[in-house]
Formats: sequence, C-alpha cells, structure tokens
Amino acid sequence: MKRSTLILMGLVVIVFALSWIFKAISFHGVEEHYVLQGFLVTLAAFLTLSIMSFLYRDNPFYKFAEHLFVGISAAFWMSMGFWSTIVGNLIPRLSEGLSNFFKVHYIPGDYNIFFYIPVILGILLLMRLSRNYGWISRWSLAFIVGTTAGLNFIRYLRSDFINQVSATYVPLLVDWQGIGHFFSNLSLSASGQFIMMLANWVIFLGVMCGIIYFFFSKEHTGMFGRASRVGIWILMITFGASFGYTVMGRISLLVGRITFLFRDWMGLNI
Amino acid sequence: MNAFTPPLALALVDIGRVISLVLIAGGLLWLLIRAIKLKEVERRVIFLFIFISVAAPILFPTVFKEKATPIVKAVFDKIESLPPGSKVLLSYDFDPAMAPEVQPMADAFSRHCLVKGHKIVYMCLFATGQGQFTRTMENVIRPEFPEKIDGVDYVNIGYKAGNEGVLNVIISDFKKMFPTDVNGVPYDSVEVFKGIRSCKDLDLIISIGGGRPGIKEWVLFVGDPGDVPIATGVAAVVAPQLYPYYPKQLLGLLGGIKGAAEYESELVIHYPRFKDSPTPALLMMGPQTLAHIVIMAFIIIGNVLFIQGRRKEGKQ
Repeated sequence: MKRSTLILMGLVVIVFALSWIFKAISFHGVEEHYVLQGFLVTLAAFLTLSIMSFLYRDNPFYKFAEHLFVGISAAFWMSMGFWSTIVGNLIPRLSEGLSNFFKVHYIPGDYNIFFYIPVILGILLLMRLSRNYGWISRWSLAFIVGTTAGLNFIRYLRSDFINQVSATYVPLLVDWQGIGHFFSNLSLSASGQFIMMLANWVIFLGVMCGIIYFFFSKEHTGMFGRASRVGIWILMITFGASFGYTVMGRISLLVGRITFLFRDWMGLNI
Repeated sequence: MNAFTPPLALALVDIGRVISLVLIAGGLLWLLIRAIKLKEVERRVIFLFIFISVAAPILFPTVFKEKATPIVKAVFDKIESLPPGSKVLLSYDFDPAMAPEVQPMADAFSRHCLVKGHKIVYMCLFATGQGQFTRTMENVIRPEFPEKIDGVDYVNIGYKAGNEGVLNVIISDFKKMFPTDVNGVPYDSVEVFKGIRSCKDLDLIISIGGGRPGIKEWVLFVGDPGDVPIATGVAAVVAPQLYPYYPKQLLGLLGGIKGAAEYESELVIHYPRFKDSPTPALLMMGPQTLAHIVIMAFIIIGNVLFIQGRRKEGKQ
C-alpha cells in the first residue's frame, strides 16, 4: 500500500473518531444512548461520503462501502425471508407449539395439509446448493414460474391491454356544442374544452403513429412514412420525459443525502 | 426560515443566495467560453457544479410557490370529498433509498386523512416500509395528532411477504392475510376494521412507492378487479410508466418531489394549521430548480462543443 494512501486512511480514522466524540457530546442529554447515536450518525456520514468519493475516482473507501452494502442487503433479505415468510406466514398455520416458540399469533382452524407443499418445494429449492442434486431445484423453480405466469396473465391482459385499449378511445370532440360556442369559450385552462380536446387528439394520434412506427409489414413511405416519422417524435418525447423525471429523482436523492450531511451530521440549523 | 427569523439572518441568507448564483453563473460562462475554444470539460467539474447547485439552496433556502396540477389535485380532492370516518388504506411500498422523494408524500397523505377524520389502515408490501411508517408516526401522528388513538383512528397491520400474492388474498379476505395488527391485537378487536372484510370495503387506497411490488400490482390485483379507487405517490423514475393509467385506472398521481411539493402546497392553502408543519418537498424544489438549470446549461455547452468540433473537422 502506498504511503499517501496510509496517511489518508489515518486522517479518515482521526476525523471519524473526532466526529464520533463531537456527535456523542451533542446528543448527550437528548438521546438515551448518546454514544451509540453519535457512532451511527458518524458511520452514516462516513458511508455517504465513501460512496460519493467514487465521483472523484475508484478508491478503497468506496469499495468498502459498496461491499458492506451488498453484504448487509443480502443478509437483511435472507433474514426477512425467514422471519416474514416461514415464521410470519407458514408457522402460524401449521403448529401452535412452534408459533409459541417463535412468539407469533397462532391461527386456529387454518391448518391445511397442503401447506406442506410449499415447505417441500422450499427444501427442493435449497438443493441447488448440492452439486449432485441441484437439478431437483428446477421443479420448484418451474412451479414458481408457472404460477406467477398464470397469476399475472389474466391481470395483465385485463389491466395493461384491454383497459389500456379502452383508455385510448377518448372523445375527440369534448362537450361539442358548435363552433361558435367553442370559440366564444376558448380558454387555456387545463380543464377547459380546448386543452382537453388537444390532449385527447395527442393521445389518439400519438398511439396511432407510435403503432405505425412498429408496423414493418408495409414500407414506410408516403403518408404512412410521415405517420411513422411522427411516431418516432412521440417516442423521443416520451424518452425525454422519462429522462427528465429520472434527473428529478436522482437530484432528490442527492438533496436527501446532502441535507443529512449538513443537518444531522454537521449540525447546521437548516 | 419563518416569521421569527432575525433580520440579520435573513440578510445573510440573501447574500449567500446572490454569491452562490454569481459563482454558478460565472462558472458556467467560463465553461461556455472554454467550449467555444474547443477545450474539453472534465466530468469532475460537472459533478462539482451539480454539488454547488444542490448545496447552495439547502444552505440558503429558496422556496417557490407551487400550484397543484390536475393529476395531483384529483388525489387531494378525492380525500377532501370523502366524508369523515371513511376508510383509507395507505400502503408504504418503499425503502430508505426512495424515502427522500416519497416520505414527504406519505406524511402529507397522513396529515390530510387525519385532519379530515378518516380512519387509516397502514400496511406495506416492502419489508422496509415498516421502518418508514415509524418516521410518519414519530414526525406526524404523535406530535401533530396526539388525540388520535391507535386502533380507533388508525391501525398499522405491517408487512406480509408474498408481493402480489398478498393483494390476491386481501381483495377477498383481509383477515386471512392479516389476522392481527403489528401489536398482536386480533383483527376483530380493531375498531378501524369494523365493516372492512376485504379491500372492496375501502373508500380509497393509496400506494406510496416506486418499486415492485408497488402501485402497478395494486392496480392489477386490487384496483381493476375490485373496482376500488386507487391513487398513488411514486418516485419520479417510475412516474412516466404510470401516466397511462390516469384517469381510468388511477384517480390521481404524485410524480416525484414535484408532485409532493404540489400536494404540500395544496394542504397548506386549505389547512392553515399546517403552515408551520415541515414541508420538505417544497424546500427541495429550490435545489431541484437550480440543479435543472445547471443541467440544461451543460446540455447547451455540450452541444456548443459538439458543433464547434464538427465545424473544425469540416474546415480540415
């Protein structure tokens, strides 16, 4: 390890220790476990800065924070899977004795022999860890894939296809009472007739042109080609809107972390 | 910043705002000149600018006025129009990573429902949602509504594993999936649950999140088959995917921090008692606005650099 890296690590340890001491002092009299609170806030700040340090360049602090995050996430979801699925869902329906042991509410009268099927399938799934019997886990996997596909098929067909097609059939003339009435009540309000009609036309034409762009059985020339071109524009605008929203989302997360650093760690009154 | 902030502090904040704006504008101008001269801009400079443009409005708060758009107003009006005592389900389908964006929505929904006297059922499809509800409990319910009683005015039934499987059960039978609340109180003893057998007996369901399982599963497994009104507040990243559901399958949508800010603003306008309540989403719009301006400036600078480069290639 380089000498400069060692010096930097030493500095980080010193800053960490100082931060812990200062935070513990600031929590004294406010929090019951002020030493622990001081440590947790300092650790959170250290990990935040470690992750952000990647923007400068890859470094050991970033790697440490990244590995810690992955490890803790894996452990968290494994323990959650056990406590919420096996202890939370299965045991209260199987055994009163086990329910008392795990201190969960037993559900009397809900016992069913079929509850052993997921237990067996779960054990089969763990056979993946064995080199010789790993193939048995495919049965459980096939069951999961099959039931999920079956469960979702009808729902998606109804909500994401039929209902979406139905939502595209919007009135192109909203509250139409003649051209005179239309111009005399012309307004740019979002709930006004003009904007609502415009929105419905955009939905109708946007969907049609978008579909035409993905229709490859006919050459994209003439009117058809022009509609396809509009379809590309609609897609580009959609991607642009998605990008804009993504930027907003990422900036929000950055604001969240910087606010934490300024207010909770540095103690600024903002 | 409030009415009791000393004038000197206000003046210092104004000075800070001006200095940071001058710094950012000057820096961008310098980068534009460099771009015209065909000099590359290192990516770390861009990160630095984004940091300054986000940090400056946090240190020197800048609050913009927000006006609720129809898609946000629809959610507000729905909660507003329900008679007191209506049953509203708030599902915390998010984790700490999404919290800066969606926790303000969750808190605002809770405030609105509680002030209207609705009965709230809290649950989560994310295991980590349980911790996020604790924040609402500590920051909103206990300090602002100390008179509200657990089990009578609201109930927390917590997390159940199973993703859409959970929804597939509670659309027909709540008790089967949630025999007790998180405190172990049996379903039949919880007053909020009186008259609720399944999700179909709820007056409104609001899912707050942005991942899977989330609002899409709520629409697919509860909203559409059960014909239950559903609204949502989601992280900005997934909002564009959910717009097609509005207004037929979703009665309204809060997209990202902008949606949350609009909702908070609407809440303060209708209920002046929330004037001094925390409005984190409104405060976040300052950094958002400045950061977006800087990003747009960088897009322009990038294009200038690209056009200049092409011109130079053409001359050669």
